[in-house]
Amino acid sequence: MSAIESTLNHRIDTPSRRSKLHPLKFALYVGLGSLVMMFIALTSAYIVRRASSNWLEFSIPTIFYVNTLVIVVSSLTLHAAYRAFKREATRAYQVLMSVTFLLGLAFLVLQYMGWEELAAQGVPLKINPAGDFVYAISWLHALHVVGGVAVLLVSVVFAYAIKLRKTPARQLRLELTMIYWHFVDVLWIYLILFLSLQR
Amino acid sequence: MAPLKREEALIEEFGYDDHFHEHHHGDKYQSNFVSHYIFSQDHKMIAKQFLITGMFWAIIGAAMSLIFRMQLGFPEESLAWLKPVLGKWITVNSEGIGTLQQDFYYALVTMHGTILVFFVLTAGLSGTFSNLLIPLMIGARDMASPLLNMLSYWFFFTSGMIMFASLFLSTGPFAGGWVAYPPLSALPQAMDGSGAGMTLWTISLVLLVISLLLGGINYITTVLNLRTKGMSMWRLPLPIWAFFVTAILGLLSFPVLTSAFFLLMLDRGIGTSFYLSDIYIGGAALDHVGGSPILYQHLFWFLGHPEVYIIILPAFGIVSEVLSVNARKPIFGYQAMVFSILAIAFLAFIVWAHHMFMSGINPFIANFFVIFTLIIAVPSAVKVFNWIATLYGGNIRFNPASLFAIGFVSMFISGGLTGIWLGNSALDIQLHDTYFVVAHFHIVMGVAAFFGMFAGIYHWFPKMYGRFMNDTLGKVHFWGTTIGAYCVFWPMHYLGMAGVPRRYYSFDSFQTFGHFDGMNKFITIAALLTFGFQLLFVINYFYSIWRGRKMTTKNPYNANTLEWTTPIEVGHGNWPGKLPTVQRWAYDYSKDGIDNISQVQPTLEGESVEH
Repeated sequence: MSAIESTLNHRIDTPSRRSKLHPLKFALYVGLGSLVMMFIALTSAYIVRRASSNWLEFSIPTIFYVNTLVIVVSSLTLHAAYRAFKREATRAYQVLMSVTFLLGLAFLVLQYMGWEELAAQGVPLKINPAGDFVYAISWLHALHVVGGVAVLLVSVVFAYAIKLRKTPARQLRLELTMIYWHFVDVLWIYLILFLSLQR
Repeated sequence: MAPLKREEALIEEFGYDDHFHEHHHGDKYQSNFVSHYIFSQDHKMIAKQFLITGMFWAIIGAAMSLIFRMQLGFPEESLAWLKPVLGKWITVNSEGIGTLQQDFYYALVTMHGTILVFFVLTAGLSGTFSNLLIPLMIGARDMASPLLNMLSYWFFFTSGMIMFASLFLSTGPFAGGWVAYPPLSALPQAMDGSGAGMTLWTISLVLLVISLLLGGINYITTVLNLRTKGMSMWRLPLPIWAFFVTAILGLLSFPVLTSAFFLLMLDRGIGTSFYLSDIYIGGAALDHVGGSPILYQHLFWFLGHPEVYIIILPAFGIVSEVLSVNARKPIFGYQAMVFSILAIAFLAFIVWAHHMFMSGINPFIANFFVIFTLIIAVPSAVKVFNWIATLYGGNIRFNPASLFAIGFVSMFISGGLTGIWLGNSALDIQLHDTYFVVAHFHIVMGVAAFFGMFAGIYHWFPKMYGRFMNDTLGKVHFWGTTIGAYCVFWPMHYLGMAGVPRRYYSFDSFQTFGHFDGMNKFITIAALLTFGFQLLFVINYFYSIWRGRKMTTKNPYNANTLEWTTPIEVGHGNWPGKLPTVQRWAYDYSKDGIDNISQVQPTLEGESVEH
């Protein structure tokens, strides 16, 4: 913990900085940019492959749509948790953080059910890349959600373990968590729209 | 005109006090052996770690090329003496003549490419100089996130260890070419190296991508956020521009490679068919249907082409700086240099299919890629013109650094011109997959990037260790390497024009290539000698760390950039007191009759134009 703590507290105080954006936040945005490239690559590959012959037609499981709602709500609760943090409302912060974490877990479980539904629909692996792409893209997304859920778990533990105080370092950490979680949320919205429209 | 003050006095007078040293951050970075030398978070130490790890890989990768070159040049000579090292990969016949196993020949070619491209020229070159120079040249205490910076090195290290381990597998390392095209890479049963070797290869490269992304995020953030007062983007020294754009290229292209590998892993691991279709192995049809190996090539080369600029851009930046300092002249066309870097970076993303002209892409689409490929010659020519114009009329100091920088320009011209040939899809019908391609890319991105790296190492060695490398050994190294490299790669153009294919183990069954035996021998001898000169460099490097001539002044080259205003022994935080404030660009050499004016010097009375 101490290494991360010290990185966050490391005073980066350079006079020519014009923007108010903290360098670590900026770094996170840059990193998310590269994650975006990863998914752009996969979805472009999907478009290219779909254009050639032998493409299996099937519909996206309903659970995936329901799940979109779950992750959007989790983003909202996380945002509410952030506002509770800024007010130093301990109880509200603890509850909202836990709810966000549970919604994150629920998203993963529902995704798993979605894959099972897909398989039950007769879209197994190994038959046609059309199905493979849906699995692969949603797996890779889920992997990034797992990372987000892990960070949320840490936040929940800290929400209960230490007294809530609005220090700049902790606010920054929460903001970084929030940026990442909103990112996986928006990414999923893009992916579900892409997968349902590009059929 | 006001007299020039010493730089430390100027920093004291105009510098910016960030109260850095009141916080004692430095202690936690350098308190004991482990935090100072191993898990260091100091950018200068991390740079040295990258450099020495890169050197380790360069020696391994180059030694591999010598082994396969000996087999190619002297197939009738015995390689039995290599048996203690290579073991079962050397087969000794009844007459006692040892030859390299054919499978292992492919493994060596594959590993040579992988190691040199990814471990030496990407991680080693950019990792070393971005880390060393970005904070020092922009006037920052350290990187934006020293922790991520440390992780970047250790991901690189782990990735290297995994690749190294794969060399010792009983089935051998991956052997399907460094580009890892499916189906060879996607089917574990395709050949020995495609089994465990390929699994480790993929894991290793994914870890390497993570390392490069962590590094790249840091470089971009640092350049944009941590420049000292007065250091506007248009006052940045050119190496920083180059490292910055390199990091952006890497950040946009490496994730695409990860996606390609992700799908490849699924094809290998759980039997999906992204890249595979209608394949028969041992007479039996596999149940993979509907995939396309071309898809992999598109994804791979979307990284693969920017990758060559990721390799060469840092060399561009280093050479620009070294030439300007050693010609005692401002860099010619500073803005043109920056814009040409940006133009090259942009074009890098829209030319990838020129690696695939013969893979079965639509010839009409190929035309589009031909045109953009040829346009790259324009910014490249701008750069070459500017380097030559910088040298023209200069008061040139010939030291190893400047010699290697000049050698870089020579190599870049020689290799760049053949790029114009290869960029034409029609010429590729003859030239693709021949030694012409090997000659082209080795000169323009292999040797040239190495020359940039050597120029940088000789130039900034005093900044890293407080001592100089030996000049005489350095000059011998330069001449040996220049002549040697041309002797190795120039003849390959003729082989390629005659159609000799690359990656072949032997040309016995091709009568038409028989008369190239002598040339092949010549190339092999030249390669062995050139490698010998590199050992000279390694000896010089390690000897000079402890025994080199000591630095007695802060600024031995009378250079203008900020790294030469730091103490000889640079501690954590780089400047002992205030941070320097930048007053001008980095290239005021021989201006108004003054030899050099440091970046911390405010405008002098009666000074002509301002930058």
